[in-house]
Amino acid sequence: MAMGSREKILEAVKRNQPENTPLPTVPFFEPPFTDSVRKFSEVVQAIGGEVHQVSSYAEINTILKKEFGTKTIFSSAKELAELVQTGLDYKNAHAFADLELAVVEANLAVAENGAVWVTEDLIQERALPFIAQHLALIIPAETIVPTMHEAYGKIGTLDYGFATFIAGPSKTADIEQSLVLGAHGPKSLLVFLIRPL
Amino acid sequence: MHKTIAEHPTLADKFNQDEERVNWHDETLWWVRAKRDKAAHTLPEWEDLRNLASQIKHNVLSNLSEYLIQFEENALKNGIQVHWAADAQEHNAIVKSILQKHGVTQIVKSKSMLTEECHLNDYLQEEGVEVIDTDLGERIVQLAQEPPSHIVLPCIHKKKEEIGELFHLHLGTPAGNADPQFLTEAARLHLREKFLTRKIALTGVNFAVAETGEFVVCTNEGNADMGAHLADVHIACMGIEKLIPLRQHLGVFLRLLTRSATGQPITTYSSHFKKPRPDQEMHIVLVDNGRSRQLGRKDFRNSLKCIRCGACMNTCPVYRRSGGHSYHNAIAGPIGSILAPNLDMKDYADLPFASTLCGSCSNVCPVKIDIHDQLYKWRQVLVKEGHAPAAKKAAMQGMAFTFSHPAFYRMAGKTGKWFMKTTPFMVNNNFNPWYKQRDMPEPPKESFHDWYKKNRKENGHG
Ligand code: SF4
Repeated sequence: MAMGSREKILEAVKRNQPENTPLPTVPFFEPPFTDSVRKFSEVVQAIGGEVHQVSSYAEINTILKKEFGTKTIFSSAKELAELVQTGLDYKNAHAFADLELAVVEANLAVAENGAVWVTEDLIQERALPFIAQHLALIIPAETIVPTMHEAYGKIGTLDYGFATFIAGPSKTADIEQSLVLGAHGPKSLLVFLIRPL
Repeated sequence: MHKTIAEHPTLADKFNQDEERVNWHDETLWWVRAKRDKAAHTLPEWEDLRNLASQIKHNVLSNLSEYLIQFEENALKNGIQVHWAADAQEHNAIVKSILQKHGVTQIVKSKSMLTEECHLNDYLQEEGVEVIDTDLGERIVQLAQEPPSHIVLPCIHKKKEEIGELFHLHLGTPAGNADPQFLTEAARLHLREKFLTRKIALTGVNFAVAETGEFVVCTNEGNADMGAHLADVHIACMGIEKLIPLRQHLGVFLRLLTRSATGQPITTYSSHFKKPRPDQEMHIVLVDNGRSRQLGRKDFRNSLKCIRCGACMNTCPVYRRSGGHSYHNAIAGPIGSILAPNLDMKDYADLPFASTLCGSCSNVCPVKIDIHDQLYKWRQVLVKEGHAPAAKKAAMQGMAFTFSHPAFYRMAGKTGKWFMKTTPFMVNNNFNPWYKQRDMPEPPKESFHDWYKKNRKENGHG
């Protein structure tokens, strides 16, 4: 009986839990680096990503056209509309199965670990950043924070249905600890750091 | 079906027959441990973070019933369906009932040690359900019809040639190809087809947040996300101890988790699931299965702080040289040896003895669990309850007697040295299983007691 178990578990937990100890506050930790943008770029490269510093979406357009040519690209960013293949019917996540490149705008990024925070409202489908063969993320340089603590400080108690930190391309080291990029998700990650001139 | 009491030594023996493999296993895990050290040293506040994490978890344990209610309330508000399972059977039955409701007989699963603990795969297989594990390491051991041997590195015990052979048999890769890049690519294609066709995906949970009713799943491969986002139904299963109070606490735990596990600064994906998609059903199963009982054991409740990073295994000299399967439990290594006797004292009485009590596990644990102390305490409990392995029981009782009779301790120290010098076979014998593969260390020329007495005299304090 489902109801029964709930009460049983809660009762047992309550009976057995120790006396209350207070919740500590998370202090401010001084990061061991000063230039967050530089640190972020270094870490992203160390975890298998590629960083491009750009000043505009036009520059991103040029780079992607050169690297991906006529391959299927999807992005919900209106500035990149001309890259997106027309005639494709992206009705649900499964429609992205053969996508070569997804280009996603991100909310913020973390210098200490190269993680980029993407919330659901910025991607058409939750599966998008995972299912594409390659992924490009676009982040304004000024949104880079030094540590995870600052990141959650900014995220706060914001509402979303789904959100994720993405740090590098999908990877595995399950076969004799040899690192292989592209396990199930993107085989490569491009990060565009936008810093207006 | 009760297992023999000498299980860990016997199974370790089996693993030890292939010396080359043991050395390789040992070295690989030590290499991972070294990466952990390097990552930890990059953060000046590492020790503060460990303390903080431990304190947060202590607050969780002391208010767990309240946090569970808060989490349930928020998850329901988010549109997630919440289930409660008192034990493994109920957990499995809940999962089955969801599959039945949707008429589904094939699912994809992302790594979850909880479902291993509950033997969900076997259960579902008997019910006619096909479960595909999608973490590469888990898929490999699944094809080999073995359980994972490590909580983070499930097939760490397997050579690439063996994996190549498995893939040749099951996925049709060319015989003799053991290239990790090639084999990973083959698995990618094989599993992509599963992700795209399965209607239900099951995942584990790394952290669940009481404040927001969301849960976080961490993977490097992206398999949890591929499964969950492409399925109509997402079932997430979690032990009740996975709760943390506030979303901002994720900052603390995510900084510690992967640095401790593999030395990475963070996993590739740390996905926050808060609400189902509009066209999706999301379930969460909250599982007790002995956790509330462990909570009531004062000496062992700290084990519930575990965030399953695997660092204690990578550093453990016994784990590295006996292999994960020798622990005959879903969770191997030092932490598994504390959690298992809580599930069944008789079946797992051997595990707290599978340790040198060197303390290395406690030193690396990101949430500062007193692992080696708990192993020592379990030995005493098990001896008292009459579950200790016979050979160990005699030794333990001897030790307890020795420690409580100082005069005898001094004498025993001297006799012991005499014994080891003259009759080493008495020490290096089958009653001392862990030392079977090696020689006991040379006994010191002088006992500590003799040395202390002499030095105190020499320093004029005697
Ligand atoms: S006991 Fe500590 S070191 Fe071991 S897996 Fe758990 S958190 Fe990691």
